Amino acid sequence: MARMTMIEAVRSAMDVSMERDDDVVVFGEDVGYFGGVFRCTQGLQAKYGKTRCFDAPISESGIVGTAIGMAAYGLKPCVEIQFADYMYPAYDQITQEAARIRYRSNGDFTCPIVLRMPTGGGIFGGQTHSQSPEALFTHVCGLKVVVPSNPYDAKGLLIAAIEDPDPVMFLEPKRLYNGPFDGHHEKPVTPWSKHDLGEVPEGHYSIPIGKAEIRRPGSAVTVIAYGTMVHVALAAADEMGIDAEVIDLRSLLPLDLDTIVQSVAKTGRCVMVHEATLTSGYGAEVVALVQEHCFYHLEAPVVRVTGWDTPYPHAQEWDYFPGPARVGRALAEVMEA
Amino acid sequence: MTEFPQLSLHVPEPAVRPGGQPDFSNVKIAKAGVVPRPEVDVASEEIRDLAYSIIRVLNRDGEAVGPWAGLLSDEELLTGLRNMMKLRAFDARMLMAQRQGKTSFYMQHLGEEAVSCAFRKALRKGDMNFPTYRQAGLLIADDYPMVEMMNQIYSNESDPLRGRQLPIMYSSKEHGFFTISGNLATQYVQAVGWAMASAIKNDTRIAAAWIGDGSTAESDFHSALVFASTYKAPVILNIVNNQWAISTFQGIARGGSGTFAARGLGFGIPALRVDGNDYLAVYAVSSWAAERARRNLGPTLIEYVTYRVGAHSTSDDPSAYRPKTESEAWPLGDPVLRLKKHLIVRGVWSEERHVQAEAEILDEVIQAQKQAEAHGTLHAGGKPSVRDIFEGVYAEMPAHIRRQRQKAGY
Repeated sequence: MARMTMIEAVRSAMDVSMERDDDVVVFGEDVGYFGGVFRCTQGLQAKYGKTRCFDAPISESGIVGTAIGMAAYGLKPCVEIQFADYMYPAYDQITQEAARIRYRSNGDFTCPIVLRMPTGGGIFGGQTHSQSPEALFTHVCGLKVVVPSNPYDAKGLLIAAIEDPDPVMFLEPKRLYNGPFDGHHEKPVTPWSKHDLGEVPEGHYSIPIGKAEIRRPGSAVTVIAYGTMVHVALAAADEMGIDAEVIDLRSLLPLDLDTIVQSVAKTGRCVMVHEATLTSGYGAEVVALVQEHCFYHLEAPVVRVTGWDTPYPHAQEWDYFPGPARVGRALAEVMEA
Repeated sequence: MTEFPQLSLHVPEPAVRPGGQPDFSNVKIAKAGVVPRPEVDVASEEIRDLAYSIIRVLNRDGEAVGPWAGLLSDEELLTGLRNMMKLRAFDARMLMAQRQGKTSFYMQHLGEEAVSCAFRKALRKGDMNFPTYRQAGLLIADDYPMVEMMNQIYSNESDPLRGRQLPIMYSSKEHGFFTISGNLATQYVQAVGWAMASAIKNDTRIAAAWIGDGSTAESDFHSALVFASTYKAPVILNIVNNQWAISTFQGIARGGSGTFAARGLGFGIPALRVDGNDYLAVYAVSSWAAERARRNLGPTLIEYVTYRVGAHSTSDDPSAYRPKTESEAWPLGDPVLRLKKHLIVRGVWSEERHVQAEAEILDEVIQAQKQAEAHGTLHAGGKPSVRDIFEGVYAEMPAHIRRQRQKAGY
């Protein structure tokens, strides 16, 4: 075991995968010589050569389009979109190509690609470096969508994603790269070295895509979260002294519905938390499933805590980011109902 | 202060609209045989002229002339003619089948048969095409069974794609034919990626990208040229300029650029323009590009100048946007008739043999059609299962899709 940041864990996942399988290639904007703007691919070009880890032109549709062609050939490309906010030029390639190649060719061709992309806010990135576009992927049949919340999961899930026979959108909450951020921006940053889930095996292991994890068992209310919001939810539960059960979804598509249903059936109360905007957000799907499967167990209306339905602002970041105070108020509201 | 006039927007128009006299005086056509054939390792800036001229082999008398001639044997040319005739007969039968309600949609190749049929000859087993919807000649010329194509067109119980795809959106890895998307230009950059992969793996196989004149306006076209140029990918970048993008004339996509081929020059990609209705010229230029790719010299851009004689698809009527007689005025003639004439001039073909071949081919197509129809057509007979809606979205069916399949009763 080693102490790793999420950046190091992600890098280790690619390193292990490239070592084991010559067909794994890594490319994207600034990922080659420099090692990526977040340094996730640092050292990979030096170790594996520039035909397996290289810089790409600033063209997301080109990056994803060529990755699809490489996958059709038989490679396993793991590419970086520099920020999730930059993926829109590739959206056609992702939704109408990558997601459907297996289906439309009846398995004659497949598309085993991974698109890694830093996601979410908390770094004063403004509207074009803070977005959480996961719902734009979960709406697309044929994709898998993964959002890790810690280094241990990030490595195991990324290895699983690279080994998956279908396209995986791998959203890395950038505010978690260096530590388990719980929304208390005024406090000093806690490093991953002080967190249990910063303990990461150096070799190969994988975590199955589609399995949630209960981060905090409880009996009073179920909080469903993923990515950065897992840590915010844990902080809110502690600070409010509420016996909340916090579920870290880890994989949004496919979704571990069983874990959710079991928990809500037990607690009878549910709060859904995400950083992305509210309307038609991923929480809407989860909440619909909760009412469909747990209606007769519910003792209070299900509440969502999310980013506002506005672009992500710059100066007002902490009034936009759904921090522990807002999550705490939602917990109290659901408990009182 | 200098006074400037009010601005005005320029919207290009084709030379003629319905009711007018067809006019192709703007299509400058080089004489057959006059365009030089450079060495394959030539630099793009040394052959800029080739992006503005038209490489032609067959002259008006049906003779093969100039430096691009002399590559194919009698036997190969006779096979080429047969392939084009087969594609034409196949199209005619399927167009009729669509009108009879046996399928929802069809797209024919009339006038463009030489492009895909001759190109296929430049590739080897294992190479990969990323085609658009008008390159079925790649399959016909590779002896892909017509029955399989028809099963797909009919979406019947033997459809290799299980009823999921619009008619003619074939897929055959074995025959080097990537699954057709149905939206435009996406496959162009994918072909570059496939070629990059082949180079990464130190393989010997090459890729071919296909696009129409209209879709070159899509950003994926430009992405493809950047990636192909940057990584010197072993790919042939084909543009089929058939003059019309549904109802929109090619000037709307081309803008002020002299030709589509010239788009390659800014990327440092050797760019050639070829008579797309000349089987010999198409083969000569595409095999030149294939050799460049195989020698690791990188991509080549080829514009095939041709004319879409039929409608875009069974869903539009060309007389609403261009003169009815425009195709007769097209100066590069008909690819089947031109090759037929050449073979007669060579002394290996005759009018009688041509008529006989037409009858044999029609019979072959009708036999295939009967065989396919025994497995059903879109609205009658055998169909793919409702289960097929739910299969194959992922390698392994996730729980939520299984629940939905059960809800549908399967």
